[in-house]
Amino acid sequence: MTTTDYSPKPGAAPVGRMLLAQTAFETRMLLRNGEQLLLTVVIPTVLLVLFSAVDIVAVDGPGKRVDFLAPGLLALAVMSTAFTGQAIATGFERRYGVLKRLGASPLPRWALLTAKTGCVLVTEALQVALLTVIALALGWSPQGLATPLGALTVAALLVLGTAAFSGLGLLMAGTLKAEATLAAANLVFILLLLAGGVIVPLSKFPSAVQSALELLPIAALSDGLRSVLQTGAGVPWSDLGILGGWAVLGLAAAARFFRWE
Amino acid sequence: MHSEPAVQIAGLVKRYGTAFNNRVPAVDGLDLTVAHGAITAVLGPNGAGKTTTIETCEGYRRPDAGTVRVLGLDPVTQNAELRPRIGVMLQSGGVYAGARAVEMLRHTAKLHAHPLDVDALVERLGLGSCGRTTYRRLSGGQQQRLALAMAVVGRPELVFLDEPTAGLDPQARRATWELVRDLRRDGVTVIVTTHHMDEAEQLADHVAIVDRGKVIATGTPEELCRGGAEDALRFDGPPGLDLGPLLKELPEGATATETATGSYRVEATVDPQLLATVTGWCAASGILPERLAVQRRSLEDVFLDLTGRDLRS
Repeated sequence: MTTTDYSPKPGAAPVGRMLLAQTAFETRMLLRNGEQLLLTVVIPTVLLVLFSAVDIVAVDGPGKRVDFLAPGLLALAVMSTAFTGQAIATGFERRYGVLKRLGASPLPRWALLTAKTGCVLVTEALQVALLTVIALALGWSPQGLATPLGALTVAALLVLGTAAFSGLGLLMAGTLKAEATLAAANLVFILLLLAGGVIVPLSKFPSAVQSALELLPIAALSDGLRSVLQTGAGVPWSDLGILGGWAVLGLAAAARFFRWE
Repeated sequence: MHSEPAVQIAGLVKRYGTAFNNRVPAVDGLDLTVAHGAITAVLGPNGAGKTTTIETCEGYRRPDAGTVRVLGLDPVTQNAELRPRIGVMLQSGGVYAGARAVEMLRHTAKLHAHPLDVDALVERLGLGSCGRTTYRRLSGGQQQRLALAMAVVGRPELVFLDEPTAGLDPQARRATWELVRDLRRDGVTVIVTTHHMDEAEQLADHVAIVDRGKVIATGTPEELCRGGAEDALRFDGPPGLDLGPLLKELPEGATATETATGSYRVEATVDPQLLATVTGWCAASGILPERLAVQRRSLEDVFLDLTGRDLRS
């Protein structure tokens, strides 16, 4: 048996390598987790196929059913990964001392959070690709992407939505117990799925309720995506504004109240 | 080579809770100096303040009073500089529930510039058989060994091990001790908390006994165990021996008594000289001392003397 040399030779890996390693590792953990996949892949896909094929809810706006549903389910995909999935995973990482242990590793905290964001973005890219392919197969004809402005607007909506949901998810994960986060994040997911304009148009709600619901981040994201992709309208400034507001509030509150253990 | 100690703690106070409830100090004026390149055991009962002290050194807790220097750095304000140089094994957890053992170790290695060879470490700690098992399915002992491997894989100068052998079977405990000794051989400083006195006795070059948030005794295990009423030498012989001549040969302050018929007990500092004196007297008196036994003080006895309480209580 050879003896190992333990003589000290400390040092942090280059920060780029740490970032890449942490992002890849977190993504691998997420994709391995069955419940997470149910949330991020299976539920949006099933909803898209089911509601496109079956006339259960009356949809709004021009085009086919899938033209209304696809933008809403892209918004749901963002919420499922950036908010629900991230909140639950981070909550349990906090509970099991993973965040604490990483706090004694060479990985800086900002790099950990950047890696988490990277993991969310990679997952979202996979979700968007999958949902787009399925929606196109179902006859989706997205508008507004012919111009660079339209594509840029969609990207901005997705990024701001991710920032808003990440802030809220991390706020929950960093302040509540892991079990409470698990329950609350799933409850919020279902409530916002039903009342956030994802598959049920907000116009079906009483007008007083509707104007309150329009301020929800999920409503702003699905409405913004729909205004570009379904109707080909210009930049949805009010939706971008609402998402920006939630992003600032959520991230600031998370930065202020997040507890690492 | 090192002008200052690896760890220097002076007057550390750490309280938990808020101003509105009892701010009971977990650590209450603790002083500790840890030398480079040695194994230091922080020994004390549960709740003595061991973990709080270690976690303050690791930068997790901000002291309410006192100063802490680790490798010459302030663990809170110079945390980023300190972290690559230390290895940390928490009392529990620290691993993604869905991560496989070897995968987690490999990832930890990637965060360091010059990590150890992961495969060799896996083999060394016997983690090969459970390498593809996820953390939550590992046994308690396997989880402990993985956490130990993660603490050393980055080739740190200073390793903090918080109760590294809690819940291990005797074989795994010895494997852990062997690794810790190898670290010392190669010049790594190790700080280990434990409430097993035999672990401190077997492993440590220096022991700091902590109770109620203070260090109440420090020294090598030998220094701590030396002297005191508990040191004794016993033997059996014919009943009713005249111990007067023996007493004259013994060092001052020593006692020799027949504790039961034919059972003798000599209380003094037990060293080779004492043994020679007693056996020499036996030889001169034509007595064969039977069941001759040296009874040294253990750290458990030292702790009992110092606090009047049992170490495990």
